[in-house]
Amino acid sequence: MSRPAQTEKFQNPVVQWIDERLPIFTMLIKEYGVFPMPKNANYLWSFGGMALTMLIIMIVSGVVLAMSYTPHVDMAFNSVERIMRDVNYGWLLRYIHMNGASFFFIAVYIHIMRGLYFGSYKKPREILWIVGVVIFLLMMATAFMGYALPWSQMSGWGVTVITSLFAKFPLIGDGLVTWLWGGFSVDNPTLNRFFALHFLLPFVILGVVFIHVWALHITGSNNPAGVEPKSEKDTLPFHPYFTSKDGFALVVFLTVFLGTVFFAPLALTEFDHFKAYDSMVTPPHIVPEWYFLPFYAILKSFVYDFTVVLALLAMGGLLLAFPAAYVFFKGDKKKRDMAFMGLGALLGGLVLITLLAIATTHLEQPSAAAYLKVVIIPAALQGVLAMFGSILLLVVLPWIDCSPVKSARYRPIYKKCLLVLLISFITLGYTGAQLPEGWPVIAGQVATLYYFAHFLVILPYLARKEKTLPVPNSISEDPCCASKGN
Amino acid sequence: MDSTKKQHAAGADGETRRDFLYLTAGAMGAVAAGTAVWPLVDSMSPAADTLALASTEVDVTSIQAGQTITVVWRGKPVFVHRRSAEEIAEVRAEAWQELRDPQSDQSRVKSGHDEWLVLVGVCTHLGCIPMGSKTADVKGDYNGWFCPCHGSHYDKSGRIRKGPAPKNLAVPPYEFVSDTLIRIG
Ligand code: HEM
Ligand code: FES
Repeated sequence: MSRPAQTEKFQNPVVQWIDERLPIFTMLIKEYGVFPMPKNANYLWSFGGMALTMLIIMIVSGVVLAMSYTPHVDMAFNSVERIMRDVNYGWLLRYIHMNGASFFFIAVYIHIMRGLYFGSYKKPREILWIVGVVIFLLMMATAFMGYALPWSQMSGWGVTVITSLFAKFPLIGDGLVTWLWGGFSVDNPTLNRFFALHFLLPFVILGVVFIHVWALHITGSNNPAGVEPKSEKDTLPFHPYFTSKDGFALVVFLTVFLGTVFFAPLALTEFDHFKAYDSMVTPPHIVPEWYFLPFYAILKSFVYDFTVVLALLAMGGLLLAFPAAYVFFKGDKKKRDMAFMGLGALLGGLVLITLLAIATTHLEQPSAAAYLKVVIIPAALQGVLAMFGSILLLVVLPWIDCSPVKSARYRPIYKKCLLVLLISFITLGYTGAQLPEGWPVIAGQVATLYYFAHFLVILPYLARKEKTLPVPNSISEDPCCASKGN
Repeated sequence: MDSTKKQHAAGADGETRRDFLYLTAGAMGAVAAGTAVWPLVDSMSPAADTLALASTEVDVTSIQAGQTITVVWRGKPVFVHRRSAEEIAEVRAEAWQELRDPQSDQSRVKSGHDEWLVLVGVCTHLGCIPMGSKTADVKGDYNGWFCPCHGSHYDKSGRIRKGPAPKNLAVPPYEFVSDTLIRIG
């Protein structure tokens, strides 16, 4: 930042005095006053501000709750009950905090969908997007640990199930879980560290949000047309045009939020969350909070172990793929070599883990048939990897989808595929809450398959082959804007 | 000027003695950072009092054949099940080589104490407690234990038969102090 201008900028001498020494007012005007917003930004561009508001509401309500909360296995549940019954306005604080987490996720999910639809992850916003995914991951960790704090049946068993996922990693798994728990089961050390981290992480999120907004103010906002603003004609100053628009959207959002807090505070919560934790009795049906359900469903979709037989079949398939690639890339030697290298790496990796699995398995009665059944990647580990992978795919999305057209408006096929992705995601959200039997399992598997196919097959394919519609030269020439007489 | 030039005289590949200093300083810095971080990381491992959790002793005199009791060991439930002769004969008649986690029933109990089955009551899938220890419980398709969380069925030897769990219910380290007293841990 350069030195403040010599001339007096502010009428108020106190403001002027401060600004010459710490140009905070100059910064506010630059970033939130005259900051140029694409004039066609619609209400979907208001959800980032809503998410930030929810973060602040969570921090404020959380700090006050923490003053009445006791992080000890013998007292935590009762201290939360005391908050509900005896602490002045405690019920309000807790309901705000409980439902606030849900509305935080609602805002962020819509925010992410907006990005997917209008291609906001593409050049030059890759870092902005990745920082956003980091925020999403931190939010999930924070909400997960917060849900543990009331030490209810759902708290304790939710923590048990989710932390046990880490035990699925080969070799280090058991040690890792013992370390996470600070003991041999989910117990007081676990609750204590979860409280410490639940207190800390929201402030880390706040810091990462700052980086997110910083990156945003370098590239500027994307817009429904997906073309960058070319001149002043394409933009409007943030204040008053978008402060008022975002402000209105925020009021509507908060009205729905407070309506839920006052009239349906328990609508989004399982009743087993209001029973104290009993480490000897698992409730019959453990369900995570709704915002985790799609990922939980992906986890549950993997039910078949990857055994030596399957590995051999896959190796056979890969061997057949070599001549296929040879024919397919006949014209292009460079691409053919690349394909060969990729296939070779896959094959090598597969052979390696198969040998490793066989070498580390002790069979009571070794035989060829027994070796064929040796498990290389157990179903549960596949589920864990897929669950984390489903989010990590978002990190590399800017490089998966390299179509030069940003907005789905001009990508007719992408638009439809995205709708199917949304439907799959909602399906997963539904099946995630169902018992793992019957048709929900299959529906979940189909949706999981589509989720991965969308990112790994469809997007790279569309990026090369899709016939896109003509993109307007500039925002002002966008027929959508012109018709409104802007 | 000349002398400094000589001091920094580049080797054949343009490396200088300063590069070496940077490398060693960097390496020392990394070691120091690692040393400083380790106590923080290790403080999260089980503390001495947690590790010292005594072993659990169970008096099994009052358990009837067909009954299961649940005791707590290291914060986890342990099922102690007394089996009838028919029950033992039944699980031993099955071909265990074909199971997901192939183990014979014999290898899961102490020989000479074949009627006693001692299991860590934690589902090997994601750590829920399987049902089946109480008379009224759902026992699953194999009449042993059933985990409600994601539907794992265990047989009367605690072996996984159906559902997502990869392994049989674990057998904790235990010994018979006398014919009626078991020490777990
Ligand atoms: C990213 C922001 C945050 C999220 C998503 C979040 C989420 C949650 C969730 C889901 C719960 C469980 C609510 C329940 O079922 O009762 C919870 C509880 C709690 N949180 Fe947070 N929280 C956030 C920020 C904070 C902050 C900053 C603090 C303290 C400084 C805090 C302190 C607490 C306390 C003391 C509880 C236990 C009391 C209760 O259950 O109502 N939270 N949090
Ligand atoms: S924890 Fe038992 S089946 Fe998943």
